[in-house]
Amino acid sequence: MKEFGGKVLFLDRSDINTDEIIPAKYLTEISKEALKPHMLEDLKVEGFDPWAAGVADARVIVTRANFGCGSSREHAPWVFEMNDINVVIASSFARIFRQNMFNCGMLAIELPESAIDRLFSHKEGAKVSVDFEGNKLTIESAKGKEPFEYSISGFDKALVEAGGWVDFADARY
Amino acid sequence: MAMTLSEKVFQAHLRDEPFPGTKVLGIDVVMCHEITTPIAINDLVARGKDRVFDPEKIKVVIDHVTPAKDTKTAQQGKILRDWARRHAIRDFFDVGRNGVCHAIFPESGFIRPGYTVIMGDSHTCTHGAFGAFAAGVGTTDLEVGILKGVCAFREPNTIRINIRGKMPEGVYAKDVILSVIKKLTVNGATDCVIEFHGEVVRGMSMESRMTLCNMAIEAGGTSGVCMPDEVTVEYLWPFISSEYKDKKAAVSDFRKWWSDEGCEYVMVLDIDVTGMEPQVTHGYKPDQVKDVSMIAGEPVDQVYIGSCTNGRIEDLRVAAAYLKGRTIAPTVRGIVSPATPKVFRQADEEGIIKIFMDAGFCVTNPTCGACLGMSNGVLAPSEVCASTTNRNFNGRMGKGGMVHLMSPATAAVTAIEGKIADPRKYSKGGAK
Repeated sequence: MKEFGGKVLFLDRSDINTDEIIPAKYLTEISKEALKPHMLEDLKVEGFDPWAAGVADARVIVTRANFGCGSSREHAPWVFEMNDINVVIASSFARIFRQNMFNCGMLAIELPESAIDRLFSHKEGAKVSVDFEGNKLTIESAKGKEPFEYSISGFDKALVEAGGWVDFADARY
Repeated sequence: MAMTLSEKVFQAHLRDEPFPGTKVLGIDVVMCHEITTPIAINDLVARGKDRVFDPEKIKVVIDHVTPAKDTKTAQQGKILRDWARRHAIRDFFDVGRNGVCHAIFPESGFIRPGYTVIMGDSHTCTHGAFGAFAAGVGTTDLEVGILKGVCAFREPNTIRINIRGKMPEGVYAKDVILSVIKKLTVNGATDCVIEFHGEVVRGMSMESRMTLCNMAIEAGGTSGVCMPDEVTVEYLWPFISSEYKDKKAAVSDFRKWWSDEGCEYVMVLDIDVTGMEPQVTHGYKPDQVKDVSMIAGEPVDQVYIGSCTNGRIEDLRVAAAYLKGRTIAPTVRGIVSPATPKVFRQADEEGIIKIFMDAGFCVTNPTCGACLGMSNGVLAPSEVCASTTNRNFNGRMGKGGMVHLMSPATAAVTAIEGKIADPRKYSKGGAK
């Protein structure tokens, strides 16, 4: 199973699409490793600079609604995986992106908008830890610690435990 | 119990329910292109599982960048080509016979009512136009589809859209779906199937129904769906004639997939097209839609007609009807990509290719082309394209470029004026 948790990258905008996560011109790559330098490079979000020092050591993304909309490209979760970001927390996800995350053994955690607002109230430098067994996460910053419970389907949890859908399906079908 | 079309398809294909709420379905058609499939193939090879569940049910095309533009795209094509050959996948469309996946696969008769269809491409929802459950998936889902012939889904809810009224002159399926997306917003249909009903849909060709269903994903929808009827049978008849004694029998058989009276919808939306204006997007989200009269006059640098949304023969006919006897503005680059070789040939035989060329358009080979800025027709920063495609995301057609989505009719008259224009001001086939 992958490791979940660490420093947070806040992306304060809804409807961030997979073209913004990894532009189409890099879809000619046939290895996941080649995607790594191009994560979020065309993303326009106030206060976000893809080349800023804090981006490289982020391990968790916290963002708004409909994250990962648009193209089905699994290059989007892969570019996060290659940058050691295995958790995205949002108020909602586009269906294909959400499934791609779990299919890769990664976590797409949905929380209500009010909880997302509270996560955003923690300043940059915040860290999130995930209690995968307990379906809980905790954010910690200069402001203090704040716990949240999330729900995850039995299937999605099993995919994460199995290391992804290929292993799960291969063992079962 | 009254069921929706997709509930019936789910029930007929259910293989496993590993957890409550998760349904693993048997898949009838697994479609593959060169962008999202090679990594799945490489992973299967690395796992020592280089197998396919059924070569007859796997359909393969090179369409996004074709002919290859560089070593990397040539490699993607080669991985796909070699794989199709070693598994004896008969339905493989290579250079010369290839076209945009969501146009060439239905045109080849691969999609039937009641089918389950997946592809590593978000616009797979197009095929719901035939009364199928068709969903875009990622590479991992595709990989499992190739290996095992199954895919897992949360059972979707269904939104019903009733489209009524009389389609005004200059208004087409593209305008209708843009107005639907404006109403639903970009995530209003997440985890939902969108069913299109009403007299307007019943009167639409399969091409127009595919345009409707194609953009279901732009509202977050899993699949667009139309009820399979006489129009569906007529389109599929060359492929199904041996299975039915006559067309009437096919129509009556297809009827079994229709959503039942009294089935459950999470939302019902009524749209009256009478008085609808041609629709054009602004901004960078496909739900940012305006009446053409509110945006007319905005200059454009390029006009693109093509794609899985609007690159079919009907689309080219409509655009050509406005372009006939006219030329495009000298400030505009016009590009048209017929979606398949069959569309190209037909357009040539009908004199449509000549009309485009006389008007000053560049006619490309069938390909996804400019739509996602991967091969030809890429925009320079600050340039604007009027496009019949499906996404206006920031940088979609090239970094710093902007896209306005519209119908082939609006795109054609926009090319003539060099700025966003209203097709209702034009007569077809000559100056007004």
